Order: sequence, then structure tokens, then C-alpha cells
Amino acid sequence: MDSSLFFGLSSIAYILAMISYIAFLAFRAGAVGIIATTLTVAGFLSHTCAFFLRWKEFADIGGMGIMRSIPLTNLYESLIFFVWCIMLGYLLIEWKYKTRSFGAFITPIAGMIMAFIDISGISKDIHPLIPALQSNWLLAHVTMSFLAYAAFAISFATAIMYLACTTSDNRKSGPYVFWTVVLAFFGAILIAMGIDFVAFKLTGKGAESFIKNYLFRATFRSASGGIAALSYAMLFVFVFLVWRYGFVLKNVISRFAVSADQLEELTYKCIAIGFPVFTLGGLVFGAIWADQAWGRYWSWDPKETWSLITWFVYAFYLHVRHVRGWRGTQISIVAVIGFVSTIFTYLGVNLLLSGLHSYGGM
Amino acid sequence: MADEKNRKTSVVDRIWNALASIKLAVVVFALISGTSIVGTLLDQSGDVSKNLKIVAKFVGSGAAPKVFAFLDAAGFTDMYHSWWFIALLYLFAANLIVCSLERLPRIWNVVREPIRALTFEQANTMPVRREVVFSRKKDEARPAVLDAMKSFGFHAVEAKAEDATVQFIAEKGRYSRLGVYLTHLSIVIILAGAIVGMKFGFNANLNLLEGTSSAVAYGGADKEIPLGFEIRCEDFNVSYYDGSDTPKSFKSWLTILENGKPVLIDGRETTEIEVNRPLRYKGITFYQSSYGFAPNRDAQFKFALIGRDGKKQGVSLKFEESFTIPGTDVKGKVADFSPAIAVDESGKLFTYAEIMSNPAVFVEFSEKGKVRYSRWILLRHPETWDVPDGKVEFVDLWGAQYTGLQVRKDPGVEIVYLGCILMTIGLYMSFFMSHARVWVVMREERGKVRFLLAGSSSKNRVAFESGIERLAQKLSAADKA
Repeated sequence: MDSSLFFGLSSIAYILAMISYIAFLAFRAGAVGIIATTLTVAGFLSHTCAFFLRWKEFADIGGMGIMRSIPLTNLYESLIFFVWCIMLGYLLIEWKYKTRSFGAFITPIAGMIMAFIDISGISKDIHPLIPALQSNWLLAHVTMSFLAYAAFAISFATAIMYLACTTSDNRKSGPYVFWTVVLAFFGAILIAMGIDFVAFKLTGKGAESFIKNYLFRATFRSASGGIAALSYAMLFVFVFLVWRYGFVLKNVISRFAVSADQLEELTYKCIAIGFPVFTLGGLVFGAIWADQAWGRYWSWDPKETWSLITWFVYAFYLHVRHVRGWRGTQISIVAVIGFVSTIFTYLGVNLLLSGLHSYGGM
Repeated sequence: MADEKNRKTSVVDRIWNALASIKLAVVVFALISGTSIVGTLLDQSGDVSKNLKIVAKFVGSGAAPKVFAFLDAAGFTDMYHSWWFIALLYLFAANLIVCSLERLPRIWNVVREPIRALTFEQANTMPVRREVVFSRKKDEARPAVLDAMKSFGFHAVEAKAEDATVQFIAEKGRYSRLGVYLTHLSIVIILAGAIVGMKFGFNANLNLLEGTSSAVAYGGADKEIPLGFEIRCEDFNVSYYDGSDTPKSFKSWLTILENGKPVLIDGRETTEIEVNRPLRYKGITFYQSSYGFAPNRDAQFKFALIGRDGKKQGVSLKFEESFTIPGTDVKGKVADFSPAIAVDESGKLFTYAEIMSNPAVFVEFSEKGKVRYSRWILLRHPETWDVPDGKVEFVDLWGAQYTGLQVRKDPGVEIVYLGCILMTIGLYMSFFMSHARVWVVMREERGKVRFLLAGSSSKNRVAFESGIERLAQKLSAADKA
């Protein structure tokens, strides 16, 4: 039994769960809902097994002891853990708020990422750790950072839903344009990465250094100017379509058993959990580790700088909420900006900039 | 006279008000973030050609030199040390301090003042309220209330308000209201620690070849910084993961010398350091940060030889010198060396790296002046050690690798750590604790006791409301029991 078997099982379970959640939204039958939840829990348990098995495999190969062998040292492993954190957050919300409505949105993302990791086959090769990563701080720093990222991701989803619910009546209003464009860009980037992956698979090369060298090569950064221009045109059309038909999302959310106020409250709760965890695990523990490994607790490395920017945005969110009493549309926009910054800290820095954290890229 | 005095205070006031404004905070946040983004795009180590390329990506190669010259002059290529960025950080600190001081007195009053008894009208205006009717006597009600409140962690006391309303009052987490200020204070402390580090510390590098020592480290632009003692690198070694060139660990063995004599650290003359495990002496810390290969004629090839008699013997020699395999007349001469040897597709040998990732020596074996055979002997490949007349283990090439040390003195780091601890406590107080107050007002009406459960919480109202609800249920249950 190896971890990839369990990863495969969990991605199947998440995809089946997605189908059940969509059926549940359509028919509102209690039994379907229970099946959906059961599938999600099964997928999550299998995911957990896979994570710990991989941890063990990693420990066996690296021979560095359990504490230093957490499989969170490259982009793929971090994605697996990121999805795990999101699913944990989702199950907590389903349990606490007694609503299955979000499942139809969360499970497809989880299923897709897991399938992507599984197909790419990268989960099978285990890279040994370079010396700078051989520290007990790895565990605390990285897991807490990802828990915070996941909390921010959920706050992003609920903030977008809130904006969809409250601003869809006027297509020309600023907030409506804002959330549709942000959502469209997220979608477009995911689709472009998917196309990259398919194109890359067709060329049949090895998976090494796929992400960093291949990002958007099949679309925006294509060697052929025609394809690049077409990609930008498609991006424009896609953004336009999301803007034009964004109100559909409102109709979908109106079928949920959640109110706009609850969505806003959830956004706040996630940030209120994510922010202290991010501060402690991401910034403070990161600084202590950097002090031990590199001799500087803060060196304005791009990853550090972007973490600080993210931290500023969420600090701003908390302050305007508590001090200025901002609520609703304004504050939800800040939450969305916070996650754009988070995702750049997590992925953008590794993919586009270079620095001390660059080994996180592959 | 009075006018002048007024004007004077108004200038101070104006500065104070400017610093206390949230608008300034937003502007400073935005400026720090915005300039930082530019800073992360450019290479901060001062690599001009790299930065020109980056700039060209944004503005085209025609305008790149001009734009780069502007960015360079404005300090963006070493932005985080530029005067204006540091000024922004000072402004941020001043803004943070003034904003906190502005709001602190009000909060301090709340924190200093314990919970008071409320009149019935006042209790009725509390944000969370619930009514419970008790069928028993007042005397029996009293312990029931105290008990129920205690089970929720509220140690209640009985009190009387101005209008003689009898009530049980309790509160929790009053000091959690200070969490925000503790967090703000911790940021100021961290910044102060950073300033202390910048003023009284240094950050430098030192490359030490095996067997050499130095009394100085090198700051930016080859500035020599005296250490006050000498440090010597006894040995340096990299170990690799099996079958790959990924380093598993790299270690240096260092000795501290005072007046030419070794100093004992933890009872030993030499200290082994590696990444994540530095050496500290007299406030200066040496971190293992890099390594490199510096070939020279004085480097020593170290071999362990086993002859036909099976005895092991260690030898050390320079390039083009010879050793004798014990128990034989066979001599081995070091004729060639490669720090990283590999074989290409056509079977030709070549050196693939400028570091010692796969070191190999070419040894010519001769007997009585006649070359009999020759071999490449690879340090990482024991199967290459066997030769017809015995075994030649290539142990090390000593004196050809240097250890790259990061040398730091930072008296501010303890202050920064103190700030980090305070920040953790402050964040915990502000996010996971709340100031909750409960009043259980008791009134008698037609032989029955009516309770008004009133409360307020500084945070997490929903959870607090359900807590009050459970308290009410507990009271009703106590009545029925």
C-alpha cells in the first residue's frame, strides 16, 4: 500500500461527492445530502491516510526523523496539504452551520487538484531535503502557513459569494465589476494552467521543472504570436462573459440555506482564525527559523515581503471592521484583495520571482 | 502671549492629529506595500544586468537603461535599506504608537473598572437578554443561580444596584481588551530591536579555505570588519544523498583562536557547524551558508591504502606526488584531478561542475619506474578503489574547499524575540479571548422569582448568545429538579 493509491481514492471520492452535492442542490433530497457528506468524509479520511503514508515514505527515504520529514517541500505536496486544509475547513463549516450548500463548489476544486497531482505522477517521486530545510521549524512554519492560506481561501470564497448576492442587480456598479473580473482572472489562470498541463503531457517530456519553465507556455507565453494573441482575446471574452452572466451565481447561491449576513460573518471568522495563525506560523516562526538557518530573521526576501503585504491587507481588514465599523460590500472587497495577495505569496512568488524560498517551486 | 501659546499647542496638536489619523495609516500601509512590490520585482543584490533585463520586460529594451538609472538613483535596487523606506517604517511606528495612545485611555477605563451592578432599566438595554421564571423561593434560587453560572466559568457575586435590584454579576477576560495594544506594542518592540541590530550589529560574509584562519569578516563592498578574535576552518565536508548531487548536509569544523591559542567551546577546541546549527562566540554568530571549490597547489590528497597484507595506512600528499602501496613496490602518482567527473555519451570523461560534487583523482601506478596501469579513483564510488595490488580509498582533498560563513552580530535579536513572544500573547488575547459580562437580575413577583439574564461580550456575539441561552436552560432545569 502506498500513498498514491489513497490519493487516487480520495480524488475519486471527491469527484463522486461533487456529483452528489450538485444533485443535492437540484433535488434537495436529504438522502442525497447524506451520501454527499459520507463521500466527502471518506475522501477526506483517505486523503489523511495518504498524507501520513507519504510522510512515512519520506521519513524512510530521507532518514531524517519524523519531525523533519513532513511532505511539504515542493509545490505539489503543498497543494495536497492545501486541499486537505480546505476540506477540513469545509467539513467544519458543514457541521457547524448545518449547510451542505458550499459542497458543490469546494469538492470539484479538491477533486480536480487531487486528480491533477495523481495524473502527473509527481506524487511518486520523493525529493530529498536540502540542508536549509532540515529543521524542526519546517513542521510548524509550513503547516501553520498552509492552515492560514486555507482559511483565507475560504474567506475569499464566501466574500465573493457575498458580493455576488448583494451587487448583482447593477452590472455597472464598481463592486460588481470588481468581483466578476477577479473571479474571471482566477478561472482563466486555472484554465490556462490546465491547458499547459495537457499540452505538456502531449509533448511527452518528463515532469521535472514543468511548472516554472512551462507556466503559460501553451497560452499567453506561447512561442507562436498567434496563439498568444488568441489567448489574450479568449481571456478578454472570458472576463466579459463572467461579467455579463455573473448574476447567475446569485441565483445559485439563493438556493443555499445561507444568508448574505452569514456569508459575511463566515468571511470574518475565517480571517480572524487565519490572521493570528499566519502571523505566528508564517511570520514569527519563519523569522525564528530564518534566524537560525540564514543568520537573519528578516531579509526582505520576496516571499517574506509578500507575506508582509498580505499581513498588511488583513490587518487593514480587521482594523476597518473594528475601528471604522465597515461592513458588507466594502469589507468583502478587502477580503478578496487579501486573498489575491495570499495566492501571490503562495504561488506567484515561487513561479514568477526568485529568492531564498525558490526551492518551494518544485 | 496667550495667542502664541495657543498657536504653539496647535502645531503640536496638528502633528499629533496627523499621526493619529487612520488615513495616514492607510497611506503608509499602501506606500510600504506598493514600494515593496517594486522591490520584490528587482534583484536587491545589485546585479545590474539582471535588473536591466527585468526592467526591459516591463518597458521594453529601448527605455530600460533610462528607467533603470532612475530606479537605481531612487534607491530601488537596494530599496529596503534606502533612507526613504526606513523613513516610511519610522512613520509607520509613529503612527501606530499615536493611534494606540489615542484610543488607550478609553479602553484602560473599561479594563480598570470591574463590573458594576445595574438598575433594572440598564440591564434591560444590554445587547443580550433572556428571561427565566423560577417557581421556587428566593432563598432556594440563590444557590441555583450561583451554581449555574459557575458551571459556565463565571464566578458570580451578589450585588445591589441603586434601585435596590438584587443581582448576581460576573465577568471574564476583562484584560483581553488590552490584547490589541499588546500586539501594537510588540510591533514597536520588534522595530526597536531591528533598529538596535542595524545600529550596533553587522552582517558580513567570510569564505575560509580549509586550514586557513581570519580575524576579520567582510561586509558589503569588501569592508573589513574586525572580529576581535581569529577563526580557523579545520575542515569542510559535504555529504550527498545516495546516487544524486543533492547535498544532504554540509559541515565545517571551526576553531576560535585568541592570541593564537585555541579557545574551548563546550569543552572542545573545534566545533562542528552546519546549516541550522551555527556557532556563537562573544556575541558573534557564524552560520554555515555556502561553500565552494578553490583549487591550489598546497591542497592535500588523502588516501587510505590497503596492501596485500591487509593493513590499512593513511597517507597525505600534494598534486603530482606519489605514495607506495604498503607491502609492495607499487607507487601511485596523483597525475590528474577533477572536482566533478562524469562520462558523456561517447564515453569521454569531462568535468561537469566547479564544485567538488564528484571528486576523482587520476593515479598512475608504476613499479620500478615503469608505468604499469592507471586509474580514475572516485571518492563517492568505492567500486573504483580496488586496484590489482590492493585498495586505494580516496578519502578527501583537503585544503581545496572553502566554507562560506555568514557572520552576524545582532544585539537586537533578543529584543525582536521578546516582541515575537508578546505578539503571540497579544494575538491570542485579541482573537481567542473576549471580555464577557453577565448580570442575572432577580425580582420577586407574585411569589415567583423572575430572572433577567443580561450580558455583553466584546467579541463573538453569536457564541456568547448561545452561552446565555444555555445558562437560561440550566436555570430552568434547576427549577424543575
